[in-house]
Order: sequence, then structure tokens, then C-alpha cells
Amino acid sequence: MHRIDCPWCGPRDEAEFAYRGDATVRRPAHDAGIDAFYDYVYTRANPRGWHTEWWHHAGGCRQFVKVVRHTMTHEIAGTGKAGDSLPVPAE
Amino acid sequence: MIELPRRPRLRTRKGGHVDRDRSLTFRFDGRAYQGHPGDTLASALLAAGVRIVGRSFKYHRPRGIYTAGPEEPNALAGIGTGARATPNSKVTTVELHDGLVARSQNRWPSLALDLMCVNSALSRFLPAGFYYKTFMWPAAFWEKVYEPAIRRAAGLGRASALPDPDHYEACHAHCDVLVVGSGVAGLAAARAAGEAGARVILAEQDFLAGGGLLCEPGQEAWRQEALAALAALPNVTTTLRTTVFGYYEQNMLGALERVADHLPVPPAHQPRQRYWTIRAGEVVLATGADERLIAFPGNDRPGVMLAGAARTYARRFGVLAGSRAVLFANNDEAYGTLAALAEAGAERVTVVDPRPLGPAAAAARRQGFEVLAGHEVTGGHGGRGIYSVEARAIGSAGAFQIDADLLCVSGGYGPAIQLASQSRTAMRWDDRIAAFVPGDAPGQRSAGGARGCFGIAAAARDGLAAGQAAASAAGFAAKAAFALPEGDDPDATVAPFWEVRARGKSFVDLQHDVTTADIRLAHREGYRHIEHAKRYTTHAMATDQGKTGGLVGAAVLAEARGETVAVVGMPTYRPYVSPVTWGAVAGHHRGRAFAPIRRTMLHDWHARRGAEFMEAGLWLRPAFYARPGEAPWDAILREGRAVRQAVGICDVSTLGKIDVQGSDAATFLDRLYTNTFSTLPVGKARYGLMLREDGMVMDDGTTSRLAPDHFFVTTTTANAGRVMEHMEFHAQTVWPELDVQFASVTDQWASMSVAGPEARRTLAKVIAGLDISDAGLPFMGVADATLAGCPVRVFRISFSGELAFEVATPAGYALAVWEAILAAGAEFGIEPYGVEALGLLRIEKGHVAGAELNGQTTMRDVGLGKMAKKGDFVGKVLAGRPGLTDPARPRLVGVRAVDRERQIRPGAHLVEPGSDRSLGWITSVTRSVEPGGWIGLAMLSGDADRHGQRLVAAFPLMNEAVEVEISSPHFVDPENARVRS
Repeated sequence: MHRIDCPWCGPRDEAEFAYRGDATVRRPAHDAGIDAFYDYVYTRANPRGWHTEWWHHAGGCRQFVKVVRHTMTHEIAGTGKAGDSLPVPAE
Repeated sequence: MIELPRRPRLRTRKGGHVDRDRSLTFRFDGRAYQGHPGDTLASALLAAGVRIVGRSFKYHRPRGIYTAGPEEPNALAGIGTGARATPNSKVTTVELHDGLVARSQNRWPSLALDLMCVNSALSRFLPAGFYYKTFMWPAAFWEKVYEPAIRRAAGLGRASALPDPDHYEACHAHCDVLVVGSGVAGLAAARAAGEAGARVILAEQDFLAGGGLLCEPGQEAWRQEALAALAALPNVTTTLRTTVFGYYEQNMLGALERVADHLPVPPAHQPRQRYWTIRAGEVVLATGADERLIAFPGNDRPGVMLAGAARTYARRFGVLAGSRAVLFANNDEAYGTLAALAEAGAERVTVVDPRPLGPAAAAARRQGFEVLAGHEVTGGHGGRGIYSVEARAIGSAGAFQIDADLLCVSGGYGPAIQLASQSRTAMRWDDRIAAFVPGDAPGQRSAGGARGCFGIAAAARDGLAAGQAAASAAGFAAKAAFALPEGDDPDATVAPFWEVRARGKSFVDLQHDVTTADIRLAHREGYRHIEHAKRYTTHAMATDQGKTGGLVGAAVLAEARGETVAVVGMPTYRPYVSPVTWGAVAGHHRGRAFAPIRRTMLHDWHARRGAEFMEAGLWLRPAFYARPGEAPWDAILREGRAVRQAVGICDVSTLGKIDVQGSDAATFLDRLYTNTFSTLPVGKARYGLMLREDGMVMDDGTTSRLAPDHFFVTTTTANAGRVMEHMEFHAQTVWPELDVQFASVTDQWASMSVAGPEARRTLAKVIAGLDISDAGLPFMGVADATLAGCPVRVFRISFSGELAFEVATPAGYALAVWEAILAAGAEFGIEPYGVEALGLLRIEKGHVAGAELNGQTTMRDVGLGKMAKKGDFVGKVLAGRPGLTDPARPRLVGVRAVDRERQIRPGAHLVEPGSDRSLGWITSVTRSVEPGGWIGLAMLSGDADRHGQRLVAAFPLMNEAVEVEISSPHFVDPENARVRS
């Protein structure tokens, strides 16, 4: 079980959060075409290593928290607000 | 006079940790026995001379007690009776109490005579993977014939089908240092960390602290002193009967505390068990080491036991497991069993050691034990208990027999690495002890036997160091050390010896009946990886997780691969280290407390009115209000008729309500909904449809504009949470530049729908401050007013297809407003209506709901394609994918039973008469008021072209085929005149 440092509430148990996937994808412009939207919705890198992702603090402040997590070790390198740009450690 | 052979005395006169002054009576398979406080069920059974305690999983071979702890593979029993019957309990960990009732398992009709042991005779036809290979087809045969037969023959105990009378607690704990295991290393670590000032939890699975110290009379004083020192430290919590079963991320561990399993019934107000979630700053794993078996033919016979277990029974419980013993061991540590057995009264112990004569063997000889160095055991004889052990000199063919009733086996010790493995700590192969040893990880260190520091003195020193290091890492400076046990530890070096190659079944997993031959078969068939071989043979997948034979199986696989065990490795261990009852996992989340219940403000009124409630998500909603003696359908049709012909009132407070504000609120809603809200005038409502980004319909509802920068959004009951999250995601991460704020106000507003031709006349009697004529409040109008002195907001919207008003009021006024409307409507015959009538009305009107908006339908599919606007909105682009715009996709139609009273069912497939090709399926059905008879909505290929056709609604599960007529989904008022009246 992770303990996630919510930038609004402080460290909280994973049970308060809901996972919402890759936080690096950006919604394309509305005229970008089907392929761009297809990638936005479906295409994911599934990395073995560091991953920047959304965790929704659904049982707390209801903010989307950006989390840099290692998919093998579950180590968390950093958390931030939705607009923050978080450094991703080297492997 | 004939002298009968004297039955040997199995319980020693003194020593150990049992209270011989008191006796406890227990029953095993119906027979009464006696034991003492301090006994486990296993030690008491051994003291009573019981040798067979169970039958094996697959071959039904008789099995005895193999170990003295939670690593036990064989001796599983059902404990307790009635609702408290617990299957598959390891008798080696069951603490004896007066009146305990235990039953053996997996035998029929009885333990001594088990007819299922025919499996054993057939065993050459039951190799690994047998079920995969044999029962592949025909599929129907699997369900009806093979599986029930296998389930009866295999498997272990049976759970009680009665409701569990006990309760279970979920608890959380936080500490600086968690020490798992209270052997000498754990005691030293906990004391060192505790004296440094850290908050320490010391968890021990046994009911006595001490681990291996309990078998060391010479160290009893040290054990007592250590426990007293820990008890004197207020910052140290020692918890017994507590198994740490799981090691999760960031030093979160799970533990099960058996609060009352050692009592007949939990004390008043006490749970049976506690499920602990422990967050630890630092973890010291002092879990000790597990002794390994050696694979040889018949190594599963009753009377075969691990050497350390025989020593534990002798020293801790004062029980002699056998008086003519053979010790088969490849390590010096196991020689400690000789003295223990001799002191407990064994007539003779013979040592069979595959190594050349070494110092330990020479010392044993000097003490008078017979030692056969360079020998190996090739078999054990005696199905109901060993009477003879077969041995031979290594390399020779001539085996000989040794008369024996106990065969102690030791293949060396391996650190108990289950928890360290779960946390993915790197493992290192240690040639000296021929075992995997865990390294350290951030916040985690293993100590003592758990990292290969074998022997009391070495483990104590290692535990002390680990405790000091953990406290220091947690920010506490170490204090002066305390005295540790001293003495010479046996040489821990092991000559790896995994298997005796001789004819017969050599088991590596006793609980799952996996033999060395099974492992080799798996290898021959391509399952070379340890994780594959494990799954193919089910080796080490039983409830003991292969603690005694896991590495032996890996070694057999390594030999078959021509590689070392270090290369082959061990499978990753998973939680749970020991089985955990479902009751403890569920805790209080069962029955009515399984999930929270949401009730509307009008719940008590509904209950008084005799409502039958149904669950809608977490909500309880009235399904219908049956009058005394009235059948459900009669009540539903009566309620629906009231709405069509007079007036009805329905509690719709469960609909999701979201208050949206901000200068960009309109833009925000435009981007989320398929239709446009920026053009909506203040004081008006509009029906809206929301898509997921993949183009499927997500939800629908009405949105009202209360001010230029203020909207009131409603969602369906089921999707309220998802829509909120969808809005939050887009507002926070996709369009953070928009000035928009929103909050759920579902609980702040109670709302009720007043619908029917008499709705206006009803409301007009009680409403103040608002003209609700069609001119004053036209269709889709929204306005504030007062009703019975309470503030209300009136929405002229309709779900039923009738003239309707939705009246919303701050939640606290709900009952006053509801009762005032009911009183006003009495003269028109007003009826409260429930969710069933609500469904009836919307199906008659052709409105879609959850059954149609199931996440697989597009706007076009449900007949709302015209609602897509030109500009951007979530889901627009992907909704245009070719597969989703295919004109052949099933789309919404109405269906009506040709024989009006023939029931149709949701899920039925629509086929042409005589055909079995599905053209679509029925989504919602109801008995109807206005068209009459059974009607429904369906998704059908060729939709509008088929209006007027007759198809068959096939429901093969119930062998039904009902002729239906296809029509427009709008059975009632297709011109939509009534809602505008």
C-alpha cells in the first residue's frame, strides 16, 4: 500500500486515492484527427520504471495529484499539484 | 503370567513449557484425549500416541505430524463445531483449550480406512498436469462429470456454511521499529531498539515468546529477563499470537492477531481476530529459519518428522515423538536432536549421515549413539506409522532395515525469507548454508536465522546489532548493550543433500503431493523456469507455501536443468505467509455494514407508507408502495396509471446534483456535453448528453441556468460520482485555465417529481410567488417560489412524458413540501410512485436509462444523434470512428409482445422466426399502462426499417421464445404534446 504525499493534505494512505493513469498524455486539439485522439485515449507506454501518473484524492480533497512512481519497486520519487512539472529520476 | 509389552511413556515427568498439574480434555475424531496448558493440539496428539492425523490432498496417503510450527504441510484438521468450525487448521499451531473439538480431513469414511486411497494405487496415471491434459474436452463433460468428481476426491477441509457468529476488527498501528519474530534475535533487536527510545512493536505468531529459546533450558533465565525488560519499556508493545503475513510497499505490513482462537468462545465484547495494518519506519525481520526435508521414498509416512520438530516436542512440550528413532541429517545443528530425544526417554537413536564421519558424528559416537556416516535413507515402511527405516551406504546397492518408530529428517536450515521476498528484497545464495539469504533494503533488515546467522549466540549478536541499527535509522541513538546468551554454536556449514535416488515416491511438497518425479516431468515438458514448474506441478503453492520442501523442489529442477539452485532461484513469495480467515479480511464489512446506506430525507415517510425498498447504488429507493394484499405488479400499474390519468409524486432526491459556477462555467459545460449550454437563457433547463472521450455515452441529465455564470447540473443516480470525477479531471488537468468551480449538492437538495394531467392544478393550490401556468412557467422553465412556507425551486421538466414539475427544496424542508403536495393532490387522486413505476413510465415514453446507456452505446445508437453540436466536446472525435457510425449498428426500438400478457425479458435476443442469428437484444421491459401488456426497449440492427415487423424474443436460458412487434420506442405521445400542455 502506498502512502502518497498529497500537496494539499499531506501524507495519506493509498486507500483514499483512485488511480487515473498516465499524467503525461495531453488532450489533442479538437481538429487533430481520429489518430491523435486514439493515441490520447488508448496508446500507453506501460514503462518498467518511472512513471508520472494521476492519483485522484477522491476520499480527501478531490484534487488530482501528480505522482512519480516506479512501476517495479513502487517507490515514489515525488508528488505535486496538477500543474507542477515533476523531475523524473534517472533509472 | 504373560508380560504384556509396556506402552512407552510419551510425556516426560518434567521440563518444558507445559503445566502438567492441570489437564485439558479435547476430542479428535470423536475420541476424548487429555493434554495440558501449553500444549498445541499437535503435541497433545503425539503425547496421546496418535500418529495418523490426516490424509493427503491427491493420493490420500496417511499422514502424521511433520513439524512443530506454521510450516506444517500435513497435519491439517477442522477445529470447532457448527458455525465455528474452521477447516484446514494446522494442528501444530492450534493452542489446546479445554473442550476443543477437532476432526481429521480428506478421508472417507474414516481416517484409518480411506476408500479414496485408491488414488494412490492409480498414481502413475495421475502425474503433474494430469487434469490439464485429460479433461480438456468435451467442455460439457468437464462441468458435469469431471469437476464434481475431482472436487469430491481432492481438496481439503470444508468450511461451515453457517453465518459466522464472531466479529473481527480492523486495526491500524504505527511504530518506529517493527520486529517480526521473538526468537533470540527478535528479543535482542526489540530490546535494543526499545531501550534506545524507539516505539517498537514486537510481533510473535506463537503463544509464547522465545522461538528457538523455548527448546534451550539453559537460556530460560535469559529469555525471562529479556521479556521482563521489554515489559518494563512503555514504548515497546509485544503482541503474541500475531502472524505478520504480508509485506507491502513503503513498510506497510499486515498482521493477524488471533485474539480468541485459543478460547472456546471469544470473551464478551472481544473480536475473534484482529487484522492489523502496521506502518513501520524500520522493519527487523527476525523470522528465524525453516528446516528442510530431504526427498526419499516414503518421506511422507506417519512417523517421519523434521529433526528440529522432534527436538521441540521433547524440549518444549516434554513429548517423546518416538522411542526408537533414526536421525537422517546432513548438518551438525540436527545433532542437537540426539540429546533431546535421549533425555526425553528414547530407547535408542541411530544417526544416518550422508557425509563422511565428521566432528559432530564422532562426538555423537562418543556419547554412545550409533552413527552410520556416508549412509542414506532409502525408504520408510509402515503405512499407519513407521516401523522400519531402510538405509544403505552411499554408492552401494545393498539396503538394510533399521527398526524404528520415528524418523527425524534434516536437510539443513534455510532462512524464513517469505516476508523479505514479498517486499522484493534481493536474495543472495549462500553456499555455506546452501540457502537463499536476504539482503537489506531501505527501512528493512533481516536478523539472526532469517539471514543465515544460525545458532543462539550468533543470532543474539546479530539481533542486537539489527535493533540498534534500526533504532538509529529511525533517529534514536543506541544505549549501552545488555548481556547476550553465550556459548558455542554448532557449525552451520551444510553439505547440500537434496534427494536420495531410489525407487518410490519422494515428496518435495507434502501438502500438494508433489514428488521429485513430478518436477522432472514438468522439466521434460518444457516448464523449465521455476515459476512455470511451480504452477504446473503446484509445488509450494499449498497453504504452507513450501516452507519445508520449496528449495528441495528447486534443487531437483536445477539438477534436471544441469544448473545450480542459485541460478534456478526461488519463486517470489506472495501474501499470505500463513492462511488468514476471510472473516478477518472482511472485518466489519459484512451484512448490513458491507457498504454504507444512503437514505433520502423522505425515507421514513416511504417506510411508513409501506414502500418496498430497492438498492440503487448505495441508495435505498422505494420500488413501489403496495397496499395490503396488493400484488407488486398491481401496485406498480396503479401508480403508473395515476401519473397517466391524474397525478403522482415521486422522490427523485437521489439524482446527482452539481452546482457549477464561474465566468467560464458555460464554456466548461459546452466542452463536456454534446449540446450547447452557452446559449441557454437564464431561467431555462436543457436536456444534456455527456460522452466519454472514447465516444460512448456516459450520462444524461438536465442542466439549468440560474444566472449567466451559475448552472445547476443533474446526473443519473448511478453515475453521480463518475460525472463529478469526470468534471474534476477536466477542470483540473485538461482545461486548468477555465474559471469554473463546482460542488456536489446532491445531499443539500431534496427533489420530487409531480407528474400527470392534474400536476398543475395540484401544485397551484400550494405554490406561492410563481405563476405555473404554461405561459408563466413554460416547458423547460425554471423558477424559485415558496411552497407551504418553504423555499422551493421549480423545474418544468418531465421524465414520464406527462405534464410535470420537479420541485426541489433544501433538504430539511423535504417532508413539509412533500406532505403539502400530497394533501393538495388528494382531491385529484394523487399517488406516490416508486422506481418501478418511474421505469414503466420512461419505457412507455421511450426515454433511455442505465440499461441502454451501458457504456457500449453511442448517441446514434440510442436515437439521440441529433444532439451532437458542431464544435468541440469530449468524445466527439472518437464517436466519429467508422465502427461507431456503421449504419448496421443496433439502434433503439420499441418491442411489444404480440400476445399482450406474454412476459418478455431483458437480455432476450431478437431473431427472425426460424432463425438463430441475433439481430439485437431487449434492454428494458415493463408491463404497461397505456399501450397495455408487456413492452420494452431494444437495440436492433436495421431499427427504423423494422418498425411493424414481427420478430421472436428468444431467451434460451428459460427456453422461451415470445413473438414481439417492433415499433418506435415512443409508445406514448410521440408528438410530445402532453409535456407542453
